[in-house]
Amino acid sequence: MAEISREDVAHVARLARIQLTEEELVTFTGQLAKVLDHARDVEALDVDDVPPTSHPYPLLNVLRPDEERPGLTREDALAGAPATEDGQFRVPPVLGEAP
Amino acid sequence: MSGLVGPATSAREVAAAVREGERLASEVLDEYLGRIDGLDDQVHAFNLVTADAAREAALAIDRRVVAGEDPGPLTGVPVALKDNLCTRGVATTCSSRVLEGWRPPYDATVVERLVAAGAIVVGKTNLDEFAMGSSTENSAFGPTRNPHYLARVPGGSSGGSAAAVAAGFAPVALGSDTGGSIRQPAALCGVVGVKPTYGRVSRYGLVAFASSLDQIGPLTATVADAAVTLEVIAGHDPLDATSIPELMPSLVERLDEGVQGLRVGVVTELIEAEGMEPEVVARVQDAAAALEKAGASVDEVSVPSTIYGLSAYYLIAPAEASSNLARYDGVRYGLRVEGATTGEMYDRTRTAGLGAEVKRRIMLGAYALSAGYYDAFYGKAQRVRTLIQRDFAAAYQRFDVLLSPTSPCTAFPLGAKSADPLTMYLNDVCTIPANLVGHPAMSVPFGTGAHGLPVGVQVMAPALGEVTMFRAAAALEAAARDLAPTRGGDQ
Repeated sequence: MAEISREDVAHVARLARIQLTEEELVTFTGQLAKVLDHARDVEALDVDDVPPTSHPYPLLNVLRPDEERPGLTREDALAGAPATEDGQFRVPPVLGEAP
Repeated sequence: MSGLVGPATSAREVAAAVREGERLASEVLDEYLGRIDGLDDQVHAFNLVTADAAREAALAIDRRVVAGEDPGPLTGVPVALKDNLCTRGVATTCSSRVLEGWRPPYDATVVERLVAAGAIVVGKTNLDEFAMGSSTENSAFGPTRNPHYLARVPGGSSGGSAAAVAAGFAPVALGSDTGGSIRQPAALCGVVGVKPTYGRVSRYGLVAFASSLDQIGPLTATVADAAVTLEVIAGHDPLDATSIPELMPSLVERLDEGVQGLRVGVVTELIEAEGMEPEVVARVQDAAAALEKAGASVDEVSVPSTIYGLSAYYLIAPAEASSNLARYDGVRYGLRVEGATTGEMYDRTRTAGLGAEVKRRIMLGAYALSAGYYDAFYGKAQRVRTLIQRDFAAAYQRFDVLLSPTSPCTAFPLGAKSADPLTMYLNDVCTIPANLVGHPAMSVPFGTGAHGLPVGVQVMAPALGEVTMFRAAAALEAAARDLAPTRGGDQ
């Protein structure tokens, strides 16, 4: 598999909503390439017939009785918010122009 | 060497004395707070010391004891909490700018259980940002220093908790362990550190890093204190869907059963891991010999696929982290850097609020999960997880517990490994396998390596095998007492 490129790193940074300077882009690309190079031992393994493990302990269908219980109050839920309005989280315009 | 190693303190002795009315919880607390006040500016184990709340809690405990009540097995015991454990109304930062000033609206289950057992929370300890690191240098609030040698790291990511116990700031601390973050700093600071079976301890209120690997556990000066603390915090919790229903058997009652007839395997691949210091290997061999002398049978065992553990972990953990850390976007809590649009606000908040290592892991995870690479990286890593599980299952057919080094090296100088992420990641090579398979594992101090620095020996057991693991750990602790003294010496 091709080595991770600066374009790849710029792409995942955009996906992760992280802005990188040109200098950071160069540094991170080199560092990530090194980690992925170490992971080539895993990449090279033939494990097609081995099932994946996503969770170390097999617990299935964890259910609880469907009973009403108190949850976080609205006040508690909003207490740490940087900005609120009318009992809700306030954010800048989603599409660009202020309403 | 210059060190600030504290007097060895026992949580069990503190609790017994306060329960019997021989000592006041307030008086015990003042001693610890005094030590923190005098020395933590040099160690920086704590992000926050909650002295006033602790004094109130201690007074309340004293009133209850006077009234004839028994608050529980940790009565009057000061505990330090890693700063990624939620405390209601008390800042919980994960050592990140992005959560600076945030006060959680609830307590983690482990905090409720400690307090219900009579413990006194004294503060929140420093960590690598969001528990990502092996040296506590990735904290946004500056590094913690190793009490044995202040120019060296305490390990990480629970470096503040390990340093707090080693410096005598609290007899008990809690940490979290995703790839070794309790055990490795315990080894480097010369204390006991336990990662329980995945699901033993509720993760409710632990700020998530990699949810299929994270587990909370104790750091203490003695094996018995770790056993008492684990008994208190373990148990099913309906608030954590991955919490296991099995009851935690008593560990304390069985500590002294010894290791007669126990089958101990020394894991070849972990002894031969990259970057292993010869003194560390020598101590593990000494530890194996000590167990044999105490009646165990010892042999070498190969667990071949553990050699892929590091690579698999550094694909799986970042992948889970990239998803878990998407929530730090400036909307609901913590830092917000304003922007003209919501998208711009997200970008600016995350760019300003997250540190370099966290960004690196988020991007690595996003890459491992991205279209075209998922099967080659994340998918393969999950299959490797199955291979490691199979190999451990085979090893536990022949052995009751497995031994290895906890860390390939003793405490290294600050800055020595921070330039190259991969070099830092190699510190976790011996601890990662237990996280990938969800098994319990613990580090027990066993002698010293280069520069007289502490060495930790790792004891691993199959899932739910904590009783056997603690029996072996207690035997190692007893044998280590016969070695040259390490605590408090060589100052």
